[in-house]
Amino acid sequence: MSVAARLPRWADVALLPAVTVASAFVVAGLVVLAIGQNPLEATRILLVGAFGSWEGLGYTLYYATSFMFAGLAVAVAFHAGLFNIGVDGQAYVAGLGALAVAHALGFLPAPLLATATVLAMAAVAAAYALVPAWLQAKRGSHVVITTIMLNYVASALMGWLLVRVFIEPGQMNAQTSRLPPGSDMPEFWRIASWLGADAPKTPLNLSILLAGLAGVGVWALLWRSRLGFRLRAFGANPAAAHYGGVSSTAITLQAMAISGALASGLAVNAILGQEHRLILDFTAGFGFVGIAVALMGRGHPAGIALAALLFGTLYQGGEELAFDMPSISRDMVVLIQGLVVLFAGAMENAFRGPLAAAIAGFGRAEPPAPTSVAAETRADG
Amino acid sequence: MAAAAAASPPPAVELAGIDKRFGAVHANRAVDLAVGAGTIHGIVGENGAGKSTLMSILYGFYEADSGEIRVDGRPVRIRAPSDAIAAGIGMVHQHFMLVGAMTVLENVTLGAEGGRRLARGAAAARAELAALGAEYGLAVDPDAKVDDLPVGQQQRVEILKALVRGARTLVLDEPTAVLTPDETNRLFAMLRKMAAQGRTILFITHKLREIMALTDRVSVMRRGEMVATFATRDTSPAELAEAMVGRKVLLRVDKAKAAPGRAILEARDLTLRDRAGVARLDRVSLTLRAGEILGLAGVSGNGQTELLEVLSGMARPSSGSLAVGGRALTAAEFDPRRMRTLGVAHVPEDRLRHGLVASFEACESAMLGREGDRVFGGGMFVDRRAVVADCAAKMEDFDVRPRAPTLRSASFSGGNQQKLVLAREIGRDPDALLVGQPTRGVDIGAIEFIHRRIVTLRDRGKAILLVSNELDEIMSLSDRILVICGGRIVGERDPAATDERDLGLLMAGVTERAA
Repeated sequence: MSVAARLPRWADVALLPAVTVASAFVVAGLVVLAIGQNPLEATRILLVGAFGSWEGLGYTLYYATSFMFAGLAVAVAFHAGLFNIGVDGQAYVAGLGALAVAHALGFLPAPLLATATVLAMAAVAAAYALVPAWLQAKRGSHVVITTIMLNYVASALMGWLLVRVFIEPGQMNAQTSRLPPGSDMPEFWRIASWLGADAPKTPLNLSILLAGLAGVGVWALLWRSRLGFRLRAFGANPAAAHYGGVSSTAITLQAMAISGALASGLAVNAILGQEHRLILDFTAGFGFVGIAVALMGRGHPAGIALAALLFGTLYQGGEELAFDMPSISRDMVVLIQGLVVLFAGAMENAFRGPLAAAIAGFGRAEPPAPTSVAAETRADG
Repeated sequence: MAAAAAASPPPAVELAGIDKRFGAVHANRAVDLAVGAGTIHGIVGENGAGKSTLMSILYGFYEADSGEIRVDGRPVRIRAPSDAIAAGIGMVHQHFMLVGAMTVLENVTLGAEGGRRLARGAAAARAELAALGAEYGLAVDPDAKVDDLPVGQQQRVEILKALVRGARTLVLDEPTAVLTPDETNRLFAMLRKMAAQGRTILFITHKLREIMALTDRVSVMRRGEMVATFATRDTSPAELAEAMVGRKVLLRVDKAKAAPGRAILEARDLTLRDRAGVARLDRVSLTLRAGEILGLAGVSGNGQTELLEVLSGMARPSSGSLAVGGRALTAAEFDPRRMRTLGVAHVPEDRLRHGLVASFEACESAMLGREGDRVFGGGMFVDRRAVVADCAAKMEDFDVRPRAPTLRSASFSGGNQQKLVLAREIGRDPDALLVGQPTRGVDIGAIEFIHRRIVTLRDRGKAILLVSNELDEIMSLSDRILVICGGRIVGERDPAATDERDLGLLMAGVTERAA
């Protein structure tokens, strides 16, 4: 019976995430302190590692690109009331689309081949996401369970294919031969060198623009299209959506297909942007981080972009931190990420009440304020 | 009895200066209420007047920002329902809080099992149930599964639950919404008996007739304030309505005689079986004509919901046929979107479950099911400005307050939500309007408005099927009344030639008039 406290929109969008992230950092700082290191120094190393050089920045944004795609994928499904935990597996099998199309259409000129490859990867990932969607819509198997399990199926399948079928002849590592260069998403340092400039070699590539476009596209889909309207209605109130004429089967399939297609962006960034071949486990668990990104970003592309940047920072800065402070291992970074997820996802409602009370308190202190703050509370909370 | 009992001893329950805000909403403003021991005290008020908030504070769901609660003259702090129970306050909710798969006994002992071993507590509860059953005529089979009981019996279980927990004050929130007239009478008899034995009853309702029939005193709430308290015998429904709304209210619907035209909807032998194979609709046949309001009376849960779902395309009948405008539908045409394009609009019974999406902006809810319409832009995308403008126009037309298309649907009061749904469904000029519980949880001012719009629609030659649990509403609006019981149409009546008793018997399944 308790009512969730209502926050003004600005607080909901900006203040609350800021508070949760800050809390996560404070707790992580205590852990750093506990192992005898200086948390301020650790923070400095982390930030300098992520933003202190063009190279660091390149890596930060490269990671952020993958997180953005993963976060968008989770968010779209989530708006339809579906928890897609299979982003990692969907991105992983998307590699097969790259393999097939980049080789089969290798004769195409570079931009066309890259475009065709990206589309093929999206199609394969979408198809893979349709399996749990269909199972849920038609058989009632819960999408959370099936998407988790299909991650393992994808992992086993890709492992077998890479070791037994598509392995580059004479190669010891489980990896394919290089994809035709026409399918590459050009790295920024390469573009800079075409223009005669010199830039540090980082894996940051054109996929980041694709991620930005995907973000705008997701926004337009969810809040400006008929399909998005039905999708959100189904997620927010399936009974009302049924009343409105939304077919639960169709909308489940559509939402998961779009989610899967977005998941493939993670593979585009990693394969077409950096590796240029399929390697074992190229998704590196980024699909799971997407859940945290979507949660933190509150399902909105702008928030997801910021959350992706935060996680990119943690990833890149964390590498530097592990390097510079040997007593802080990579696990420490994972710990911080875990804390962010905990605070952003699970503890959010613990902060919501006090924040709302604090804001209401400010509002009451000065006579003209209550109506405006209050009106906002009602309008957006 | 009321005045005398309340005079000398301290009131059984006293609320003093109760104040509660939810953000901008000042739900209770310094509310004072004193309820004498052994009296039946009614609380009336429009939706959103603060009745439910006040009772939730008394029962510990919310804590008041300020104010004091006194039980038998002693101040008590009620921070959770368990505190209320300890203070001897029990509550019967509008929506029952029962576990359907459990027996009556298990439900009664739930949360009051009395120790680690179930057997001992269960035996004690069984004895107490028998005693209470004998005392108040509240007999219920303790071993029956709650799901198998009729609604009236389920309500008794709720009351028993409170009594077993030692409630000396019983709060009932809109208890008659789901009852037949006969069950209501029995409930009232039970409540009177309890009051006569010294228990105190707080009775929340919006039905003035019940206030007049049952209560000793009545308090009226309006916009969070307690505006008046009367001894029931010294007041009248008109006076109460005026106090509730703050102005004079027309309690009767004025309408001209109907001029029924061609058949819009023709149902023949519609049958709908649920998963267990039980016929929820049993060979229902009806004809809905242009220019008439056909009322469907029945105790809730007797197939009205299912009939609306089939007629609106939300459910596909197991057998039978439906013709719209003279053409029989194919199985695939039982689809909400298809029915809309055929000119059948539907105001669903439960607006929060089906009618709108609470978390959506009002303008989004105002296009639910209509989002494909060209007015919202062509192609894949909707024109946001058109959506907002369309909603603003609807709000103007139907006097939805506040006129804020981008406010969340949940922030509107029940009456305004209902007007929005009605505006959406009437807005596309349908041939037929299926309307379920048009005024459930809607304040008196809005009821007047909604009734007028429905009659206007009829006068413009539209066909209207009205489903309502309010017999008053059915009788005053309908041109023809069908009675449904157990999924079957059991009779047809002319509203001018019937009365509540006659309909009540039909609703209860007594098919022929006695003598």
